[in-house]
Amino acid sequence: MSPAPPRRPATHRQAPGLARRRENLPGYLFLSPWLLGLAVITAIPMLLSLYLSFTNYDVLTPLSEAEWVGWDNYRRMFTDDPSYWHSVRVTVTFALVAVPLKLAAALGVALLLNKVFRGVGLFRGLFYLPSLLGGSVALAIVWVSMFNRDGAFNSLLSIVGIEGAPWVNDPKWALETLMLLAIWQFGAPMIIFLAGLKQVPTELYEAASVDGAGAWRQFVHITLPMLSPVIFFNLVLETINGFQGFTSAFVISNGEGGPVDSTLMYTLNLYINGFVRLDMGYASAMAWVFLLAIGLITVVLFRTGRFWVHYSDSEGR
Amino acid sequence: MLVRRRLRVLVLLLIVVVVLYPLIWMVGTSFKSPQEIASNIGLVPETFTPSNFTNGWNNFDVSFGRFFLNSALVSILTVAGNVISCLLAAYALGRLRFRLRGLWFAVMIGTLLLPGHVLIIPQYILFRTLGWVGGDFPYLPLLVPQFLATEAFFVFLMVQFMRGIPRELDEAATIDGANPYKIFQHVILPLSRPALVTTAIFSFIWTWNDFFRQLVYLSELNDYTAPVALTLFIDSTSESAVGPMFAMSLLSLVPVFLFFVAFQRLLVEGINTSGLKG
Repeated sequence: MSPAPPRRPATHRQAPGLARRRENLPGYLFLSPWLLGLAVITAIPMLLSLYLSFTNYDVLTPLSEAEWVGWDNYRRMFTDDPSYWHSVRVTVTFALVAVPLKLAAALGVALLLNKVFRGVGLFRGLFYLPSLLGGSVALAIVWVSMFNRDGAFNSLLSIVGIEGAPWVNDPKWALETLMLLAIWQFGAPMIIFLAGLKQVPTELYEAASVDGAGAWRQFVHITLPMLSPVIFFNLVLETINGFQGFTSAFVISNGEGGPVDSTLMYTLNLYINGFVRLDMGYASAMAWVFLLAIGLITVVLFRTGRFWVHYSDSEGR
Repeated sequence: MLVRRRLRVLVLLLIVVVVLYPLIWMVGTSFKSPQEIASNIGLVPETFTPSNFTNGWNNFDVSFGRFFLNSALVSILTVAGNVISCLLAAYALGRLRFRLRGLWFAVMIGTLLLPGHVLIIPQYILFRTLGWVGGDFPYLPLLVPQFLATEAFFVFLMVQFMRGIPRELDEAATIDGANPYKIFQHVILPLSRPALVTTAIFSFIWTWNDFFRQLVYLSELNDYTAPVALTLFIDSTSESAVGPMFAMSLLSLVPVFLFFVAFQRLLVEGINTSGLKG
């Protein structure tokens, strides 16, 4: 029989101050809906889709009848499905063209707007409006009609004597009209640029003018480096979004990726394989490759960011 | 200097015209007769044809009013789900100290960048197994995730906001004998109102505009939301359907536009605090 351990004074068990108190029970109570969602809506489906990517499954039969096929789906994707690689090409082209142009438009307009003193709020709001509306089916419908053979765009061109193409029905131009729709929504990154520009200390420009630096040199040597964290932020966000374009590609091609697969964005291809052909195993494999690709691109962006993103010391990172 | 300033405003005005042109053209076209849509390039219709709206409204076996009601139902319930569940999660992650908080916060940030398309197939299978797809209330697959704080953007936005609320308030309340639940109720909840409003607005607009998930989960015409119903117009691209298609497209954008007019400043601030997308 050992003697009961001496009671430790309460002050040892817990510091009397408020600062370091633990709140385990309320913490987990408040977090519980999120934790449940993380498990059921995110984690389990991710694992399920990893499993499915190695099976043949058409969703109509119970899950237990999914047929294990090993690496077949991945093999087919990489070696035996031209439309897969085609959709990769379409998506990468879209992101490589639309994202830089959208960011350039956003930065350009933000620079113009930054020097305007009256009506900034109104301009800012009007430029932002397309970002709110542009992702909708309704606007994609308008866009498609505008770039039809006898749409408004060709009517405008005919005024200046140019004969336009049937843009949305022309495999050469269909993807470009979608890019234009994405660029049209430059308002959201513009607002972030504008906030970033406001943070650049004006003394830097004053000092530079004293030293005789012109507008261009000030832009290259002050604005761009000071803005680089914001540029980086927008670049990551827009790239990830750019790879996921679905709605406009669906509307322009009536869900088929046409004309001649020219608008077969990756996510549209995934939808067609999963929900039209009911090839859920193959579509799951596509989803996992997509996830890894997006992850890889994000890592690469962060790695290269080290070389050109300038964080001022006051910001800490 | 003055000349340059004027030039700058002139360029901006020019960009405004280019940017707004598609929207104005859309409004004009939805009031044009079929003949005029083909012939009149101008923005303003010569003869106003409001019948586009009545024709569009009744274009399918189910009235468009039903589709708008469905959209409103999904959007409003989504707003409620996001606001409540994300608020609870954000309070835990932003203000409380508990085991593994750092880990859960990192996981939440990780899910921020997780593309939704990656999860749609296994989620569909899961909800189908549960009998929710095409069930009595076909919107369950669209709504249940929203009540479990799966929109990490909003959790993040609220965490950021709550971190700005002075800690001294909590400490003062603790000295007065308040526990974390009381502090949540009397300190954090009232002070978080701006973040809640921002979440509600973005949540409404995104859900109203959302297409991918609604397309996947809704299969009965009766259950269609407005965006899914709009795609039915694309199938029938006869000349006579263009006007009604534009009229219904225009109507479907009205709620978003009203939100934009009413809450423009909040929306802009919302983007700036969290980098939210429009």
